[in-house]
Amino acid sequence: MEISWEVEEATRELRKYFKTGRTKSVTWRKNQLRALLDLVHDNENAMFEALHQDLGKHPVEAYRDEIGGVEKSANNSLSCVEKWMAPKKSNIPLLFFPAKGEVLSEPLGVVLIFSSWNFPIMLALDPLIGAISAGNAVVIKPSEQAPACSSLLANIIPRYMDSNAVKVIEGGADICEQLLLQKWDKIFFTGSPRVASIVMSAAAKNLTPVTLELGGKCPAILDHLSNPSDFKLAAKRIVGGKWGPCSGQACIGIDYVLVEEKLSSALIEVLKKVIKRFYGDNPVESKVISRIVNKQHFERLCNLLKDPLVAASIIHGGSVDEENLFIEPTILLDPPLDSQIMTEEIFGPLLPIITLNKIQESIEFINSRPKPLAIYAFTKDDTLKQKIQFETSSGSVVFNDTLVQFLCDTLPFGGVGLSGFGRYHGKYSFDTFSHEKAVMHRNLYLEIEPRYPPWNKFKLEFIRQAYRLNYFALFLQMLGLKKYN
Amino acid sequence: MSFEESNNNNNKKVFDAEEASLLVKDLRVSFGSGKTRSYEWRVSQVKALLKLVVDNEQLIIDALRSDLARPPLETVVYEIGMFKNSCEVTLKGLKQWMKPEKVKTSIRTFPSSAEIVPEPLGVVLVISAWNYPFLLSLDPVIGAIAAGNAVVLKPSEIAPASSSLLAKLLGEYMDNSCVRVVEGAVDETSALLQQKWDKIFYTGNGRVGRIVMTAAAKHLTPVVLELGGKSPVVVDSNINLEVAARRIISGKWGCNNGQACISPDYVITTKEFAPKLVDALKTELEKFYGKNPLESEDLSRIVNSNHFARLTKLLDDDKVSGKIVYGGEKDESKLRIAPTLLLDVPRDSLIMSDEIFGPLLPILTVEKLEESFDVINSGTKPLAAYLFTTNKKLTEHFVATVSAGGLLVNDTVLHLVVHTLPFGGVGESGTGAYHGKFSFDAFSHKKAVLYRSFIGDGAIRYPPYTNTKLRLMKALIGGGILGIIRALFGWS
Repeated sequence: MEISWEVEEATRELRKYFKTGRTKSVTWRKNQLRALLDLVHDNENAMFEALHQDLGKHPVEAYRDEIGGVEKSANNSLSCVEKWMAPKKSNIPLLFFPAKGEVLSEPLGVVLIFSSWNFPIMLALDPLIGAISAGNAVVIKPSEQAPACSSLLANIIPRYMDSNAVKVIEGGADICEQLLLQKWDKIFFTGSPRVASIVMSAAAKNLTPVTLELGGKCPAILDHLSNPSDFKLAAKRIVGGKWGPCSGQACIGIDYVLVEEKLSSALIEVLKKVIKRFYGDNPVESKVISRIVNKQHFERLCNLLKDPLVAASIIHGGSVDEENLFIEPTILLDPPLDSQIMTEEIFGPLLPIITLNKIQESIEFINSRPKPLAIYAFTKDDTLKQKIQFETSSGSVVFNDTLVQFLCDTLPFGGVGLSGFGRYHGKYSFDTFSHEKAVMHRNLYLEIEPRYPPWNKFKLEFIRQAYRLNYFALFLQMLGLKKYN
Repeated sequence: MSFEESNNNNNKKVFDAEEASLLVKDLRVSFGSGKTRSYEWRVSQVKALLKLVVDNEQLIIDALRSDLARPPLETVVYEIGMFKNSCEVTLKGLKQWMKPEKVKTSIRTFPSSAEIVPEPLGVVLVISAWNYPFLLSLDPVIGAIAAGNAVVLKPSEIAPASSSLLAKLLGEYMDNSCVRVVEGAVDETSALLQQKWDKIFYTGNGRVGRIVMTAAAKHLTPVVLELGGKSPVVVDSNINLEVAARRIISGKWGCNNGQACISPDYVITTKEFAPKLVDALKTELEKFYGKNPLESEDLSRIVNSNHFARLTKLLDDDKVSGKIVYGGEKDESKLRIAPTLLLDVPRDSLIMSDEIFGPLLPILTVEKLEESFDVINSGTKPLAAYLFTTNKKLTEHFVATVSAGGLLVNDTVLHLVVHTLPFGGVGESGTGAYHGKFSFDAFSHKKAVLYRSFIGDGAIRYPPYTNTKLRLMKALIGGGILGIIRALFGWS
């Protein structure tokens, strides 16, 4: 393949600039974070517009899920970055006295961020905050499937940020390929497992470490809740966790619900009521629910519903509007488990409800499938909580709510198994884009003779005791009071 | 260095992809039973490993004599001693490491509590190297077990005595439903790499590291790559030369005769100081290994004839002819090469282009010592970088500008032994780190767990959306109490 001049030139410039060491200073990092805050503040309306154009996102949703999150992360980094940069002291065994050990976080170099179309602002700028806090030079490749946001970012980032160190490169698959031909010091990818595998294979050529933020089928477990108001609230949070974030086009959105058979009809009733209250009688008119991103995804979702057995399981919604790329909030009851809707990540406004005899079976149900990015569980039963926490595996577990883990800076955000690896948010973002360098200082005075050849039994015994950190035995041996053989 | 170098033994039943898949399936069943998760199982297995090594110290020493003619003391120091230390640190810390870590939550999710729960990744693969066949096999296995995983170990076939001893002993001492050894070379390794693992921990070289990572990419398996690189030693003139020389020697020739990933690869010093350094190194080398180092019992041999030929080629390069100032003797029949010093080798010579991994030590000279940092940074990032100096400014400059897995000032190799420091590379020297708690972390997934109750549900999160909701949300995400109050009263 012919190497694109633009891509090569950009990486060369970034590498040159990184070498000057300017991005390492705390002042530079803070200035860039402030610039990013200004960017978000000044362009809020432009972002609202772009998000509406690409996804039909309502401004409140856009603020809650994207712009607000970026502001929060940037402010948090701004107030903590100096603390994160400080070397961490390590204890050194007395044996090596005098010595001093520390762990120093240093930037990796020139890093590449691939963001995704479903939260095109948040998923581009949140990793960027980590990358610049850690002192790296960055290329962002926004998703071409959210074109308005992509061009907005390409347009405003150079106006606010140090364009010697932060560049936006727009484009589709061909540009991605071009970018992957370059050598990076880290690749941070948000998207699907299929593309992730391509990214990681390309990274392997240069031994580039990767962070993969993927998705998976995130289940919500609904236990029997004796208090009717709790039950209603759980249903409300399920609706919020399914259709709230980008109409189900979210990696941590609920994919399906697990519930005991006897509760399913009550659940469906409440869900319907909540949907009606949130989105009205005619959701497409309500403007508070996002549309499907593009025709290709619209067709993918329609195909999921075309399977006759799946179509037969629809108990609410199901109407699609091709012109507006809109799919009504749709509930399905017990679609076949081997149908596509239950084997692939749905990533859209369809919610299968899977009934079980006993809610405890949900553990096995989840464990027999690939590890999801999140598990949500509505329960007051501590034993069940324990079982979910310790017997299943997922990126995160949230009890009695949905999505809020994304806003918690103190929690690492990231997947495991098929939902990806590596983590970010808060200090974890900083760590993701840093190398923790071990530094040890010694001086040249004190010397322990037994370290050196020619070897003999005295030295052997000395080292044995030294490893056990048995200073008393060492002392005796040095005085010739302890036998060795 | 690579698993392609040894011949395949065709008499044995071949371990193919099918066998490998059955093995992984077996281990998945064991892991699925949950037994590896309990603290008791983990401790019992780490103790079993410790017992394995304690009971069989002599066999281990013998295996390493057979594979590498390794002096027993070196085995005790770097393989047995470090390993025991690692077990003890793990046994002491494990209960604490396994505890969920409570973290603070903010007003955005109030009321709530949150913790980070470490959980095992599942079934993991450890591929180790021939140069420290016990430590580099068992140290990652400690981490894998401590974190509660089922593990398959593939020792290097290039140290055959060690490999078969490991297979035998792990079979005898460990819970074989969860801990297995697969011996073999390229075919066996390829069969293993075709399987889906939850983590692959590889120690070796960059070429194979790339193969491992590419294979891992198919299943999106995270990897730790412990590679090597050309680890430099910068020597200033204002130092206690005798001590520095001895420390360089013990890190270079005292570590498997230079066949170690963190061994000094080359030295940089000033033109002026170089002759003094060479003299000091010569004097100390002679004290350690005598007048005829080829006969010394205190030096390992070269691992096999492939590597012997590779090292010989480095010395035969025209560009370094006449640069040998000490040593250079070889004995092909015994696979021995004497400690060798080369002065003022050109930077485009063969010996300066790849990791040496043997008893040859080139010395580069610069006009001013500060230039050495540029020399280091112009190459790929090494696993370790060493500096000998008493100059504080220079030390600071070194720490700030040189990027490497680890830095050590005024000594060599020692940072490997300190379990409170993460051990691992950056760039070409690898990714991921281990030792002490870092090993536990390398084999754990840190699961975020958030607890909420059914009270405190703000309507602002839900549609239908209004401007008041937007204002309130801004205040909430901003986190300021005043802002929230203002928004609630509609003042903002």
